[in-house]
Amino acid sequence: MTIATTIREIRDAVRARHRSAADVCREALDRIAALNPQLNAFNTVIADRAIARAEALDRDRDRWRDAPLLGVPVALKDNLCTRGVRTTASSRMLDTFVPPYSATVVEKLDAAGAVIVGKTNLDEFAMGSSTENSAFGPTRNPWALDRIPGGTSGGSAAAVAADLTPLALGSDTGGSIRQPGALCGVVGLKPTYGRVSRYGLIAHASSLDQIGPLARTAHDAALALSIIAGPDPADATSAPEPVPDYTAALTGDVRNARIGIPRRLLEQGVDPEVSRAIDAALDVLRSRGATLVDVELPHAKYAIPVYYLVATAEASSNLARYDGVRYGYRAPTPKDQGLTTKDQGLRTMYGKTRAQGFGPEVKRRIMLGTYVLSAGYYDAYYLKAQQVRTLILRDYDEAFSDVDAVDAIAMPTSPTPAFPIGERVSDPLQMYLADVFTVSANLVGLPAISVPCGFTAGRLPIGLQLTGRRFDEATLLRLADAYERDTEWSKQLPPIASR
Amino acid sequence: MDYEAVIGLEIHAQLLTASKIFCGCSAAFGAPPNTHVCPVCLGLPGALPVLNRAAVDDAIRAALALGCTIHETSIFARKNYFYPDLPKGYQISQYEQPLATDGEMDGVGIIRVHLEEDAGKSLHEGFPDSDRKTYVDYNRSGVPLIEIVTQPDLRSAADAAEFFSRLRSVLVWLGVNDGNMEEGSLRCDANVSVRPVGAQNLGTKAEVKNLNSFRFLQKALEHEIARQIGVISEGGRVVQETRLWDSAAGRTVSMRSKEEAHDYRYFPEPDLPPVVVDANRVQQIRSAMPELPGARRRRFVEQYALPEYDAGQLTQTRALADYFESAVAAGAPAKLSSNWIMGELARKLKEEDRGIDASPLTASRLAELIALVNNGTISGSIAKDVFEKMFASGRTAGEIVAAEGLTQIDDESQIVGLIADVLSRHADAVAQYRGGKTTTFGFLVGQVMKAAAGKANPKRVNELLRKALGA
Repeated sequence: MTIATTIREIRDAVRARHRSAADVCREALDRIAALNPQLNAFNTVIADRAIARAEALDRDRDRWRDAPLLGVPVALKDNLCTRGVRTTASSRMLDTFVPPYSATVVEKLDAAGAVIVGKTNLDEFAMGSSTENSAFGPTRNPWALDRIPGGTSGGSAAAVAADLTPLALGSDTGGSIRQPGALCGVVGLKPTYGRVSRYGLIAHASSLDQIGPLARTAHDAALALSIIAGPDPADATSAPEPVPDYTAALTGDVRNARIGIPRRLLEQGVDPEVSRAIDAALDVLRSRGATLVDVELPHAKYAIPVYYLVATAEASSNLARYDGVRYGYRAPTPKDQGLTTKDQGLRTMYGKTRAQGFGPEVKRRIMLGTYVLSAGYYDAYYLKAQQVRTLILRDYDEAFSDVDAVDAIAMPTSPTPAFPIGERVSDPLQMYLADVFTVSANLVGLPAISVPCGFTAGRLPIGLQLTGRRFDEATLLRLADAYERDTEWSKQLPPIASR
Repeated sequence: MDYEAVIGLEIHAQLLTASKIFCGCSAAFGAPPNTHVCPVCLGLPGALPVLNRAAVDDAIRAALALGCTIHETSIFARKNYFYPDLPKGYQISQYEQPLATDGEMDGVGIIRVHLEEDAGKSLHEGFPDSDRKTYVDYNRSGVPLIEIVTQPDLRSAADAAEFFSRLRSVLVWLGVNDGNMEEGSLRCDANVSVRPVGAQNLGTKAEVKNLNSFRFLQKALEHEIARQIGVISEGGRVVQETRLWDSAAGRTVSMRSKEEAHDYRYFPEPDLPPVVVDANRVQQIRSAMPELPGARRRRFVEQYALPEYDAGQLTQTRALADYFESAVAAGAPAKLSSNWIMGELARKLKEEDRGIDASPLTASRLAELIALVNNGTISGSIAKDVFEKMFASGRTAGEIVAAEGLTQIDDESQIVGLIADVLSRHADAVAQYRGGKTTTFGFLVGQVMKAAAGKANPKRVNELLRKALGA
């Protein structure tokens, strides 16, 4: 029996009573049980809870008949809070943390009839590009188990790529949905900043973080975004813009679309196989009627340093709450250390808790961020970075609003395909530089999508990234969907997942 | 050499909003520990702040009363430091672009008024294991505060205490703060330096904390000023530092030096958009502002011809001033109302430890009592008894006077009868009076009033007695 693998197929099958939600759920859990030991995509699988939920949907199917995600198994990145379910951010610091509340997106998935099956691995506190910085070990790329799946939403991307669930949510601070999407061969969408509520997302960098879907097709990503998007009274940075039905935008018609290509930005450091795949993908869109034009983004080359100043500054503050006082990990403080005052005991507890609770990359970023916000350095680093951020935003605004404005800007999502696990662990700077094409969208708050566009000779997936206008996810999804109609990449499964 | 002190104050006032500044939890004081808490004010992972606009409105009220300019756009910032009562590891405050700036009150410049959240409360004492442990109550975490920073315009401890007291009345008057220093809902720190009289440059300052009563504020500043003058007189230099008032020891002690001062690493709070206050909202708030104590004091003098002293006393609180004006509106003459309110009523309220709002005697009933005296229905001395009875029973003056037959005796024949009786019983006093000892007259008046059980009209008694004595 072949399994329905898209959201739409599963939902329609459950809705038509061809399958029960419980059957779909058990099958997903079976596949997770079979493949997760190799992939390490999940930190936590909530099998009993998921089956109970699916059975409840089946029992009350009349009430749920119109639910847009009826019976669809969903995986959640483990930095999205789930009431009653351990939420770790892949950190020893939160190893045993069980939130008493759910993220807004989780509530929305519940209301849409989804069945949450588990929490996926990530780089600790979403800091990294490979899912190697996890307290629970690296996730492996389903296409090549010795390689990284990308990060930080590596567990979510691997889960969808290996067909464990048709939908996973990730979070994207500098490419953390799009880059693992590209390296695992699935669609990853980072919405406009403010499009999706961040309430209940464990913060990395508040002005950059956005939650978004990882799915097999642009259509599924559109469906998922329609559900999770929208204003939220609990998130003051969520936007009031109404949410369209994004699936309605998927007309296949891209004849009026103008796609900008920042040639100069792409001149250096892109793997030739990646370049060829991107060029071929753009040819497909041109043959469908889209117009390709060159655009200049003169300040985009500064995006990496700007990003690592802004993100680390915010992170150093966001992670201050993990102090061992109220929840999470607290280092044992032996009584016989000659501590004479309560204050000394407190300082020792803070130091040990944070030294033992955080991994090396998180500590590195806390130190960087603390430094750039310090008296005497703030103006030179943090403030300067914010000024350059404004210049990058202006570049994009001009590209999207000039007389010869474009509707989307195309780039590779990642300059290289997935690299071997362990290759860059000792070279954080090289790891940071791989974010060159993704971080701009976060700095300027624009939506961006990664869509699978081919493979290297060694069968490693490659992703095409399209960045769009503020709140114009619809155009990105239409372009991605049109591209999928003329290509077969999104239908391919890695050997490990073939049935 | 003569020195003068230079003092600026930093005042933290909790706003009286129903809920906290960034979440829906109750901001009420006194609940059992950690019962007014939620993911937001506990700083749980993923929780986000949402601004309570009622706190902004209250802060605008306070800033307007202090003559400040309200800025259309202000920005929240994070003040980063570690302490167990600060659940997020940062306090959301305002730094570079505060809500309001550039005000003045009673000749003291106001640098800024900004909004921020309070921290929880560390309980270092009072538990069996307090020698080893500190407990934290997060009920206060996220309660809205305004911080008011004055210019260094104050020149003595007494001036500082007086200014702080007036500021307190204004905040309480506006209904934005309860003025309760013991519960910590109003707190004050002071920046103090000294310099030779006539010098232009400021001396090195010390920040003095823990001034949680008016008395401590004044004593701590007196001590600190004397300490700094002592240091300089002996050829030493004042060190820039934070000092703590130790009320038990009666002195300030060093808490941390400038070198140990925190680097708070302020940066704009990315979880909150800028606070935008449009001019219409400011205008609405301004037009709905109550008349402030200073203005009301001046009006009482002009409109009611009250002495300055009376006007000052009656405008101590808004409720008291309202009470006074209600009594006048009910027909009582202003000065008589003032006398009754500052005299009998204040005494009774103090005796029973009640506020004017809890007076069992309403302003209109007091006005009725005053009217009974004024129109001669009862005498002044009877009125005091009636007042006591009104206060105790809640009955009106009219009811008490009617029920107890206290109406003043004006009838000439009745008074003449009483006089005749007294004169016949005190022939010797009459003789003394007629012999030239006129002081005996007072004794005889007293006897007549006594015979009348205090109810006789004293003016008529005087007239008729004089007549009867044939003077």
